[in-house]
Amino acid sequence: MNPFEIVRFALRGLLANKMRSALTMLGILIGVSAVIMLVAVGEGASRSIQQNIQRLGANTLTVSPSFAGGGGGGARGGGDAGPRTQARRLTLDDARALTDRTLAPSVKSVSPVVTAPSATAAYGAASHAIAQFVGTYPSYFEAVNKPVDQGTYFFNDDVQAARKVVVIGRTVAEALFGSADPVGERISVSGVPFTVVGVLKETGSTGTQDADDVAIAPLPAVQQSLSGFGPLNQIVVQATGADTTTAAQAEVTAVLDQRHGVTGGAADYRILNQATLQETVSQATGTFTVLLAAVAAISLLVGGIGITNIMLVTVTERTREIGIRKAIGASRGAILGQFLLEATLLSLAGGVAGVLLAFAGTRFSVAGIQPVLVPSSVVLALGVSVGIGLFFGSYPADRAAKLRPIQALRHE
Amino acid sequence: MTVPVLRVRDLVKEYGEGDAKVRALRGVSLDVHKGDYVAIMGASGSGKSTLMNILGCLDIPTSGSYQIDGADVGRLNEHQLALLRNRRVGFVFQSFNLIPRMSALANVELPLVYGGVRQAERRARALAALEQVGLAERVHHEPNQLSGGQQQRVAVARALVTAPALLLADEPTGNLDTASTDDVLRILDGLSAAGRTIVLITHEDDVAAHAKRVVRLVDGQIVEDRRQAPPDGPPPRLAEAAR
Repeated sequence: MNPFEIVRFALRGLLANKMRSALTMLGILIGVSAVIMLVAVGEGASRSIQQNIQRLGANTLTVSPSFAGGGGGGARGGGDAGPRTQARRLTLDDARALTDRTLAPSVKSVSPVVTAPSATAAYGAASHAIAQFVGTYPSYFEAVNKPVDQGTYFFNDDVQAARKVVVIGRTVAEALFGSADPVGERISVSGVPFTVVGVLKETGSTGTQDADDVAIAPLPAVQQSLSGFGPLNQIVVQATGADTTTAAQAEVTAVLDQRHGVTGGAADYRILNQATLQETVSQATGTFTVLLAAVAAISLLVGGIGITNIMLVTVTERTREIGIRKAIGASRGAILGQFLLEATLLSLAGGVAGVLLAFAGTRFSVAGIQPVLVPSSVVLALGVSVGIGLFFGSYPADRAAKLRPIQALRHE
Repeated sequence: MTVPVLRVRDLVKEYGEGDAKVRALRGVSLDVHKGDYVAIMGASGSGKSTLMNILGCLDIPTSGSYQIDGADVGRLNEHQLALLRNRRVGFVFQSFNLIPRMSALANVELPLVYGGVRQAERRARALAALEQVGLAERVHHEPNQLSGGQQQRVAVARALVTAPALLLADEPTGNLDTASTDDVLRILDGLSAAGRTIVLITHEDDVAAHAKRVVRLVDGQIVEDRRQAPPDGPPPRLAEAAR
């Protein structure tokens, strides 16, 4: 018999009970769209995190002091911390040592960083607490990927002369100046006057932290007026290229180990490697996505059981019809095909509707995350929905096909 | 003599186990030749419906052999049985057994669909069969829009449409009023006159009077086999009317 006829019978069977078919489809619809959407949200989250990491700067290593000693220090794992006489802090001399071309050939630039605690900037009547007030060298801008939008950077001259100039982030500019042009204006930071020379390009918020709520000034100027000449908070090292970050990390480690007298495992600093961080984060978000998909898959399973349920009811309800069909010569294959196809059509229609819903749903951002549709998840979800129809429909269909005609006809 | 359309030998059918065992058929043997019109009569419980179900390949006998057109039914597998039901046998039920929510035309087409007949030919044959039972103008009605007599005529059309060697009717008039009964019997007479082989079950003498041969069953055994007209002539009622 013609396969097309089986499709017709199956469609007729489904349309005979529109409400029931629609509700059964709904189960699959929810399952499929949940799988696709949750995977898309996971993928979106992963991309946005990756982007944020990239925004921190390309090919950079961030060296920061570690007073915990040993243990989980960033790149340097290692054995137990032995008793240590003194944990040295990061100094400007450490930074200078890293610029040595022979000891550290993979290092492109070194930017020592101090951060001023609680810097409040004021301009006229407006005031704003700057989240991050950074004192550093001009190479910092390139290393951490902060281009200037208006005005200029400050230069090495400004650093040597300890000029009180500052480049502010967009958030700070808006808080203090509104829509007016801040370049050339003087603001007072914790009572110290600074001249605004530039405004950073807007980078957008990175999760909870506003990356634009920042001000960057020459290192000595900040030390003189705000933070004092203490240790550095960070040294930002930029490697010469993406493939040399690991080499640069080794070189930096060697130089600092020597300078700090570190032997064995317990370093008094840690190095945050952009590349390693990215790897770790993408692994974590990958796990997160799998978890989401697993939860969604359960709803797909429930939808599949719904199909079995409804098909069993249908078979029972139509036992007499099956008997009639068999009495007039329907083969076992025809009956099996009809009911299997009904189940598969149900789940396929639910699957397609679910994909459409997911396409619509992923256009909206969820909790600040723009979902990214993963094509393979669409294919997978559709494939699984067809598989579910075949698998969960096979039991009821088999029961229908196995019915003896006389028993089926006598069924009330 | 040619091969009989139907040859049944020592057919036994038992239901249940042990003390609850019921012997519905106790060795029935019967030959039906082409063109014959046989009425099987008997009280309820005489085993006539059981016999009919076995003849229609809907049920399997406990023992005994059964041949349709020379093919031994007991040796056929599931698929071949389905083919046999489709091509060789047309079955008319007491309770019509049309498929609900399908038009008369679709119901009549159904056996042809399972037989793998093409759409255009299917439609033509189904319309011809409905025409034959006088329902040409009701082809698009669904069963619940038809009277009992009309439904039974649709069922007869469905049984006929594959041009089966054998037409089986299980109390076809059992659920019908007098007028509808006459309609259906007239159609069966016409089919018999046209050379179809018909076996019908009834417990009404009026109905049995239409047949060329009457077989009476009591307690699962044939007790009477009476011929009312020759198998190759017209059925008795039509012959009377012609006279």
